[in-house]
Amino acid sequence: MAQASAIQAIDPAAHQAGERRNLRDARADRAFHWLVASAGMFVLLALGGAALSMLWGGREAFSEFGLGFLFSTEWDAVNRNFGALVPIYGTLVTALIAMLIAVPVSFGIALFLTEVAPAWLRGPVGAAIELLAGIPSIIYGMWGLFVFVPIMGEYVTPWLNDHLGEWPLVGALFTGPPLGIGMLTAGIVLAIMVIPFVSSVMREVFLTVPTRLKESAYALGSTTWEVVWNIVLPYTRSAVIGGIFLGLGRALGETMAVTFVLGNAHRLSASLLEPGNSIAATIANEFTEADSDLYRSSLIALGFLLFVVTFFVLAAAKLMLRRLSRQEGKR
Amino acid sequence: MSRASERLYRRRSLVNGFNMVASGLCAAFGLFWLVWILWTTLRTGLSAISLDLFTKMTPPPGSEGGLANALFGSLLMSTAAILIGTPIGVAAGTWLAEYARKRPLGEAVRFVNDILLSAPSIVLGLFVYTLVVAQVGHFSGWAGALALALIVLPVVVRTTDEMLQLVPGTMREAALSLGIPQWKVTLQVLYRSALPGIVTGILLALARISGETAPLLFTALNNQYWTHDMNAPMASVPVVIFQYAMSPYESWHALAWAGAFVVTIFVLLLSLLSRAILLRNKVTHD
Repeated sequence: MAQASAIQAIDPAAHQAGERRNLRDARADRAFHWLVASAGMFVLLALGGAALSMLWGGREAFSEFGLGFLFSTEWDAVNRNFGALVPIYGTLVTALIAMLIAVPVSFGIALFLTEVAPAWLRGPVGAAIELLAGIPSIIYGMWGLFVFVPIMGEYVTPWLNDHLGEWPLVGALFTGPPLGIGMLTAGIVLAIMVIPFVSSVMREVFLTVPTRLKESAYALGSTTWEVVWNIVLPYTRSAVIGGIFLGLGRALGETMAVTFVLGNAHRLSASLLEPGNSIAATIANEFTEADSDLYRSSLIALGFLLFVVTFFVLAAAKLMLRRLSRQEGKR
Repeated sequence: MSRASERLYRRRSLVNGFNMVASGLCAAFGLFWLVWILWTTLRTGLSAISLDLFTKMTPPPGSEGGLANALFGSLLMSTAAILIGTPIGVAAGTWLAEYARKRPLGEAVRFVNDILLSAPSIVLGLFVYTLVVAQVGHFSGWAGALALALIVLPVVVRTTDEMLQLVPGTMREAALSLGIPQWKVTLQVLYRSALPGIVTGILLALARISGETAPLLFTALNNQYWTHDMNAPMASVPVVIFQYAMSPYESWHALAWAGAFVVTIFVLLLSLLSRAILLRNKVTHD
């Protein structure tokens, strides 16, 4: 302070310049803060805008069909009568098949990469699986259509017909024409897409388990499996469920891969081997062909439903993943 | 050892061995699909690649052609998307890391951003459709770029936020104690330190949008001809792949595979490059 006043005494002009500069800096600081804060608000706005604009775009369908929109299997472009039940059913069933396959496999991969594999193998295998996550979904779709569908149609579907088709209860699920396209194929392709996401989340959370905890269990004579099942999994339970939900969110909203192999058929059938439809695939297939406002509005309304469902699934995933990091913070 | 405990021990190690082998099989299962998909794409795509791909326009049914206009359209829209999404994303990430790190509003934005990150891309396409296409009245390259920018945004926000949080607090304090205003500290000190990470985020975002199809279907639509008018409908590689793969023509299938090949190679190179940048940066920091 003393020094500053000495300078002031010597050169008032310099002091004034410094003062001006301080003011300028303060202004610039405020402007910068304002700039970045508004960018942050833009992110909030983007999500809110997406929800509202789709609600707005789908208003015609919602007001025309009301709640019945959710429960009607009708999808008739000529008579302008639309219901969302078939796509909703298809979306849920394909996502369910995908999760039934992806969850155990991802758990196995995460287990392999954290406890089983020798250290030199973990890096390359982990990177390769993550590479699978980077492949664009349209490549999965094309591969599914040209490579996987023929195999499903020629070998898998007849086999399922012969062996599982006779069973009581589940038999109806596995009887169908040997087309290759259908819910089961779509579910399997989705599972392949979701596996890298779920397994990388699981691997990361498994790595957060304190070594001390695991070593204590090993010291008591536990096998590796017992350590994983009784120590690692209970410790990371909420985050593992969060990872599964993250994968579910992806499976529900995936468009291209499903569009190729689902068959775009607006029909509700018990069999997993029949062609079906999902929300995303319906929108992708029909949006540019929609010839009436009500048709387009119904498709946007479908998009709104998808958005709401994925929002809640992803929000649940985030909350559960966050619980683990908070737990870690406490220690 | 008694007989009972012997039996228990044997059963436990059997269960253990079985599950260890099963986990190995799971990893093999994951790799199996990766290898299969990549092999199919590379083999089929490579045989369809020729110079025509980069010089000729997308053909009408039944005739020969290339993907020149689609490649150009993808390039234009991706560039525009990066140019729109990156500044906003970096600014929002800066706000999260530097101004709102522990504030509830910051947490809310971070939460929303994470949801935007994994939101279905087709929904973002519908959003841009109702916001832009329905208002303007026609499909356009700008609408496509905007939809892609909405995918770029959360990726860049996330990486910027994370990378800035990794910058040691002492660096901020050292710079601030010299009397440098905060905006200068952010621009000249923090960004410089976090640059490799932010660049990685941008590359990852580019990798993600270069294969994105769903949001372009009803924003940029498609165009059979060469155009650099961003106000007109515009072709893009993924949309052309979709259209051609779903068609019944053999020559279109070949073109679709060639396009898939180009996209896959591009995406893989980008992800390898971003990994290399991160790795090199990690080494120099230690």
